[in-house]
Amino acid sequence: MLIDFNSEKPIYLQLAEAIEDNILKGIFQEETQIISTTEISVKYKINSATAGKGVNVLVDEGILYKKRGVGMFVSTGARERILKKRRKDFLQDFILPLMDEAFKLGISKEEIIGMIEGRKEI
Amino acid sequence: MKTIEVKELTKYYKTNKALDCLNFTIEPGKIYGLLGRNGAGKTTLLNLMTGRIFPTEGEIRIDGENVHENDKVLGSIFYMTEKNLYPVEERVKNIFKWSRRFYPKFDMEYARDLADKFGLDTNKKVKNLSTGYTSIFKAVTALASNADIMLFDEPVLGLDANHRDMLYKELLANYAQNPRTIIISTHLIEEVARVLEEVIIIKEGKLIVKSPVEELLACSYTATGEASKIDKYIEGRKYTGIEQTGNLKSVIVLEDIKERNTGLAKELGIDFSKTELQKLFISLTN
Repeated sequence: MLIDFNSEKPIYLQLAEAIEDNILKGIFQEETQIISTTEISVKYKINSATAGKGVNVLVDEGILYKKRGVGMFVSTGARERILKKRRKDFLQDFILPLMDEAFKLGISKEEIIGMIEGRKEI
Repeated sequence: MKTIEVKELTKYYKTNKALDCLNFTIEPGKIYGLLGRNGAGKTTLLNLMTGRIFPTEGEIRIDGENVHENDKVLGSIFYMTEKNLYPVEERVKNIFKWSRRFYPKFDMEYARDLADKFGLDTNKKVKNLSTGYTSIFKAVTALASNADIMLFDEPVLGLDANHRDMLYKELLANYAQNPRTIIISTHLIEEVARVLEEVIIIKEGKLIVKSPVEELLACSYTATGEASKIDKYIEGRKYTGIEQTGNLKSVIVLEDIKERNTGLAKELGIDFSKTELQKLFISLTN
């Protein structure tokens, strides 16, 4: 699991996203155990309260669940849930920043579409 | 669990005011960072918490009891000092044994295990340890003490990057297994920032910040852009830490991240970024 911690977001959200990324990539499979809050805390040198907060975000969203005395598991349907959520955020997180950058560089909407389709060079 | 209450605490050294009416509570089971510039009063505060010196006014209570000449309370605090207070002619392993008498919960096996991991030769006399190994020896003793409250004054002094990394990890592992109150006083803010849950900043003997790290960082952001545009943006806003290189200016805006005006920033070509704890500390204590 890779977390860069340089993003503007709070650490616990970055941790939650990193776990989600691993679920999307299939590194953490549904109904399998993931690393514990303690392991996360030690490995990434973050306070265990922060690590717990990040994990709890995913528990609240039904992406992870706790098995008492055993550990943290990926829920069935977690991947689907994350996909749905991330797709919803795609415009805000990727398209709008892309358009801002394009505006700064004077690239038109048509040129962007051209780049996506791989036909036009600017 | 131990709550530490600092009440109207003032300390004078002759006519020199080291601490000026501090009032705050340390909640049990959290890792606190005690930050301040040289001479801000950090060590004075730690010395007062452990009853090594007496307050001029006010008091410190741990679970309601005054720390002043209170062996029961002091036995639950381990203080890793910057200064070396151990008998220098003694061997490390003997000090481990000796620590068990003062700290009944001292874990000898854990101490040996940590010494092994860090490559600390327990047969050496304290006086023959290098600066780095002196810090390691003191930190190992602190961790193994199993005290309810652990105070660390510059715990990574003289440690190389690998050993610092190891020490933070051991500290976090110890804490995760057995949550206790930990106060770390350090100048290496950036590398300890994510280890801390709360931060206490003192300046010239006064408390200026006591806040969870995350909340503190969410209360400010950095704005960077063309100087005149930045001036326009910060009009009517609270800010600090102006830095300018040529025509490029950056400021730390002291306002909730949620309050920032992204529309105006876009119009002015201003970029926002997260403020690092160390940068915020520098601007708050300058």
